Amino acid sequence: MNWMQFVWAFVIGGAICVVGQLLIDIVRLTPAHTMSTLVVAGAIVDGLGLYEPFIKFAGAGATVPITSFGNSLVHGALAELKTSGPIGIITGIFEVTSAGISAAIIFSFLAALVCKPQG
Amino acid sequence: MLKGHQSWEFRNRPVIIGTATVVGPDEGEGPLGNEFDIVHGDLRIGQDSWEKAEKKLLEEASKLAIENAGLTNDRVHFYVGGDLMNQIISNTFAVRTLNIPYLGIFGACSTSMEGLALASLIVDSGFGRNVVAGTCSHNCTVEKQFRYPTEYGSQKPPTAQYTVTGAGVAVLSDRGEGPVVTGATIGRVVDMGLKDPFNMGAAMAPAAVDTIAAHFRDFNREPGYYDLIVTGDLASVGSEIARDLLVKHGLPMQQTKYNDCGLMIYDLKKQDVQAGGSGCGCSATVTYGHILKRMRRGELRRVLVVATGSLHSPLSYQQGESIPCIAHAVAIESGGEEQ
Amino acid sequence: MATKAKQKLTWTQQEYKQFAKEREPARPVLRNCIRAFLVGGTICLIGQALTLFFKTYFGFTERTAGNPTVAVLILISVILTCLGVYDKIAQWAGAGTAVPVTGFANSVCSAALEHRSEGLVLGVGGNMFKLAGSVIVFGVVAAFIIGLIHMALEIGGLK
Repeated sequence: MNWMQFVWAFVIGGAICVVGQLLIDIVRLTPAHTMSTLVVAGAIVDGLGLYEPFIKFAGAGATVPITSFGNSLVHGALAELKTSGPIGIITGIFEVTSAGISAAIIFSFLAALVCKPQG
Repeated sequence: MLKGHQSWEFRNRPVIIGTATVVGPDEGEGPLGNEFDIVHGDLRIGQDSWEKAEKKLLEEASKLAIENAGLTNDRVHFYVGGDLMNQIISNTFAVRTLNIPYLGIFGACSTSMEGLALASLIVDSGFGRNVVAGTCSHNCTVEKQFRYPTEYGSQKPPTAQYTVTGAGVAVLSDRGEGPVVTGATIGRVVDMGLKDPFNMGAAMAPAAVDTIAAHFRDFNREPGYYDLIVTGDLASVGSEIARDLLVKHGLPMQQTKYNDCGLMIYDLKKQDVQAGGSGCGCSATVTYGHILKRMRRGELRRVLVVATGSLHSPLSYQQGESIPCIAHAVAIESGGEEQ
Repeated sequence: MATKAKQKLTWTQQEYKQFAKEREPARPVLRNCIRAFLVGGTICLIGQALTLFFKTYFGFTERTAGNPTVAVLILISVILTCLGVYDKIAQWAGAGTAVPVTGFANSVCSAALEHRSEGLVLGVGGNMFKLAGSVIVFGVVAAFIIGLIHMALEIGGLK
């Protein structure tokens, strides 16, 4: 059991959240702007080929924050680009990431059927 | 009568013969909780949606106010009111059941005093004998329309304000017993270029000061004429700015007491309301529920209520516009004394 | 120094802006960052534990264990949102709850719950991505552009 990976997951995950907090409190971005920035950042990091090693090192500290969403989108696009050529950039985007979006939609829809907001 | 440049003096002294305030759970838990007529323990008031709950607040307050005034709906000539919802649906749908000729207005959080001023104008000029002025707001409808879904986890900054869930309604008449509206000052739109919708207090303070200064100029009075001057919802950030601005403009506010309804309606230490209360219901419930009660008890003789409003929309904010604000002032004095 | 943005304001407005800024309560940045670090780190820790759990007992690989992990975290967020506690935790934790995938789930769920009163199709369906939409749009557009850049580099023989 790699205990160090637990420590790094905590530290790196926390650090990415601190970056988000600074974007909100100091740069004064709205939450939507902050999340969009982080997603694009994750996409760029994977574009440079650095996100995969980041995941190996930090584990869930790199896969749980919203930055990994950007990473998954780029990963899917590049993988399809390799196998199917240029059209792969469009067809591959949602390949890797569909679990997150599907889960969010399905669970939220079911929730809306039975629950009301509490205020 | 026109007084000065932008004020009205109500020489016929329209009387507030009845009021009613209906609030939600957070307001009931605040320092003024015992002063409101009805306190609901559930934000949704058993309705299907927040919007229907806000309408119900106003319906209940209107019916109770007319009852407290000793009148029936058919003897009320006009209803003047508005709220924060798109197309002011809370007022429209509530007044639908009252069957009273309706004048819908929009002044954002300054609606309470805009309505009271206009209702007083109608009664004073003889264009109506019994006129109702009402307004309401609901925390969840405002969050949903102006900010984020109520369950969304965004962190509110310390300058943010908490919209009051409450409705306040007053019935004015040309005869009867009660506090009297003696004058009003209509505010101008003041825009100091501020853009942060999470810091409305700072945006609205200049409008409040502009109207207060205009009031004293038009009536040739000093602050000491009043026992109490309150602003509608500047809350902790805006009221501090207003205090400093009033000093900067040379108004001797030390002659009287100054407070803000947004600070009075909640306990800022115990309740998680950031800078304090806001919303149309804030000034309305505090004025009709608490301040008028103090006047009826003889604790206050002359009060100036300056309701403040931010006139932006979610769209204007997204398009990069700043927040224009306005403040309307109404002078209320205890009845039976000709000055 | 008047920047371009400030130059659009009159002198009185600029003066007032400064006046108001001096009286604005400072945001407790350090406190918020510490809270964000602790909560965000904890959520990732839970994610790490979930990943290990799925790899050990369900035979997922390193690569594929991410999917059920994310799905479980999303489910937890949705439940907390429905119970009305997510926003209370978020007021304390700030970016600590917003940045992990839990924040994405909360934004979708809260919008869905809020607009149920407008019906399932126009309300829930039409408004679900009110907040999360920009994340998806910008992620996809960024991925597309990066894909194009990679393709261009390949064609140019630089890869």
